[in-house]
Amino acid sequence: MDALKTWLDRSGLASIAILAVLLLVVFPLAMDSFRLNLVGKYLTYGFVAIGLVMLWGYGGVLSLGQGVFFGLGGYAMAMFLKLEASDPQSTAIQSTPGIPDFMDWNQLTALPLWWEPFNSFGFTLSAVVAVPVLLAFVISYAMFKRRVGGVYFAIITQAVALILTVLIIGQQGYTGGVNGMTDLKTLLGWDIRSDEAKTVLYFVTTALLLAAVLLCRWIQLSKLGTLLLAMRDKEDRVRFSGYDVSMFKVFAFCLAAALSAIGGALFTLQVGFMSPTLIGIVPSIEMVIFAAVGGRMSLVGAVYGALLVNFGKTYFSETFPDLWLFLMAALFIGVVMAFPNGLAGLYESHVKPWLARRKGGAAEAGGPPAGTPGEAGQQAAAPIASPGPSASPAAPHSTPAVAADPGLGLGTKVSSQSA
Amino acid sequence: MSFDEIYNITLMQGFAGLSLFAVLLLMGLGLAIIFGQMGVINMAHGEFMTIGAYTIFLLSTLTESYAPGLMQAYFPFAIVCAFIVAFIFGWLAEWALIRHLYKRPLDTLLATWGLSLAMQQAFRTLIGPKEVSPTLPDWLMGSWEVTEGLDIPINGMFVLALTLLVTGGVLLALYKSRWGLRVRATVANRAMANATGINTTRTDRVTFAIGCGIAGVAGAAFTTIGSTGPTSGSLYIVDAFLVVTFGGAASLWGTVVSAFGIAQTQSISEFFLSGSMAKVLTLLLIVTILMLRPQGLFASKVRR
Repeated sequence: MDALKTWLDRSGLASIAILAVLLLVVFPLAMDSFRLNLVGKYLTYGFVAIGLVMLWGYGGVLSLGQGVFFGLGGYAMAMFLKLEASDPQSTAIQSTPGIPDFMDWNQLTALPLWWEPFNSFGFTLSAVVAVPVLLAFVISYAMFKRRVGGVYFAIITQAVALILTVLIIGQQGYTGGVNGMTDLKTLLGWDIRSDEAKTVLYFVTTALLLAAVLLCRWIQLSKLGTLLLAMRDKEDRVRFSGYDVSMFKVFAFCLAAALSAIGGALFTLQVGFMSPTLIGIVPSIEMVIFAAVGGRMSLVGAVYGALLVNFGKTYFSETFPDLWLFLMAALFIGVVMAFPNGLAGLYESHVKPWLARRKGGAAEAGGPPAGTPGEAGQQAAAPIASPGPSASPAAPHSTPAVAADPGLGLGTKVSSQSA
Repeated sequence: MSFDEIYNITLMQGFAGLSLFAVLLLMGLGLAIIFGQMGVINMAHGEFMTIGAYTIFLLSTLTESYAPGLMQAYFPFAIVCAFIVAFIFGWLAEWALIRHLYKRPLDTLLATWGLSLAMQQAFRTLIGPKEVSPTLPDWLMGSWEVTEGLDIPINGMFVLALTLLVTGGVLLALYKSRWGLRVRATVANRAMANATGINTTRTDRVTFAIGCGIAGVAGAAFTTIGSTGPTSGSLYIVDAFLVVTFGGAASLWGTVVSAFGIAQTQSISEFFLSGSMAKVLTLLLIVTILMLRPQGLFASKVRR
């Protein structure tokens, strides 16, 4: 029993299980289908957020262009749905029936060649992941091989986000322009606008998200995750140990891109449209705040972060539109200055010691000082704090705090130099 | 089309490129100083520009209602005020926010983005969401007809002249003044500069404030070209960053050359393509070159 508890705690599966229960049982029971659809939409941003945890929290690479990949995934899916919605019968009033309406409005008389493959669902599904990953690979390979990183990389990714939005808005006839792709109706004949479809899509999103969290957690616990951390903290040491640092960074960037793209495709399915306003510079930076609020080191925290920030955005921009930007500004400054580990960090430093004190009673009451929150949690949870040999094979000594963290996978260590 | 017309169009297109060059350079200059010296990415740079623009608007409104006789003369004074106001806000921002984050460039980026959001909303709440433009003195209006069929707008020439003045001033200050000496020493080797008695903390703060002040002047120059709204500054921020990184971070000459190159590329390609495609082409070119040559055009040798 104790062994099971230890394993659950160390792998972070307990917190993932709590998240799963919340998303799969509590929310569907407590909410009507409209609100559930809203949560489903927020959860698609959760994919971006956990991608950023892997890339930024673990890899130390900040990308301000995750909206690009979210958008590419979303647009790939939207193109398929748009073609399905533009069959010759329902577009009979157009001067060229059978092509998407915005093409007709822009005097196009035939479907462009590069749209043709999106008639196939199989191709679309592979394009959702393959196109963004390919772009991510090209960008990151060129940059990281030349050892460019930090703020330069952030600026380049931002420029890519600008390029994509300007391109989409400018090429109205091929992309739908600033309005994006709207009026998406069915997926393989299945009406995605009905309540049942939205509920089903919510569960699909949740299941995929949980699978993605598990995959990322598995990567974190593997040697690869340890290497990513080591690279973030002391890149040169890892390089001198014989590892090809740039390829690990490329991997992290491609992983984050793939996750964002899946999120984007699910977003299109649930919301029923895709537009350049969702993927530009401003949305891309907002995606970073999802991960930052939840905790840049915590996968589960990032999902909560995406949910909370988006919920706050919906709530405030409806009720107090003036306050929302101030609140957003406070979030950006706050997560940098006051609580760099986000909600997960607050949990580690405040809630966990408090829980442990209640459980541990007088012996721990005096406890370690609040200044070392990580240790506080570790000591208070004493019976399980014996990192076994399997925890982190070949962990470099510069990265012990997270790799051997016995907590709920909510690491507390953020390097002072995240560049 | 006769030869004269083609000649005139070429000249005017070239001048359009020069105006864009002036705009990009004015924006990039402040960023280049801040980024070059401190490695700080100031995402709120555009908002400091907006502060400068609003200062001009405020002074023009005040002059119009209290001293209409001075309408022809207030503008140069207002530009100085724009510098001072943006300088003060920059000083405050450095003191409150930036100085805590020097060791974490990526976090500075996020924090200054937050700052820019707060400033945008503050403009919207305090000044209003509508775009405003100041009443300009008469001598800034109209255009100069060099020959038949060739018009050069006066406000464009004014911005160009102001840009050259500011650039010259910054270069002079950086290479001939005590402040410039301290800045260059700090960039070259911070620890050593400290050891020789240079107060690098103070140098940083003054540098940041001066960078913001120059943004204020840029904003002032913009009021002669277009109107100012709460989000005007953020429109150009990415272009400004690209100018700086493309030129090479710690090199002011690089910033000048890259602003010129980018502006001319864009305005020439705009002649052949649509506006958005010209922009895409220019940006793609910059990104590609930056991938091949990440240190930018003019990399200065800096001990990190």
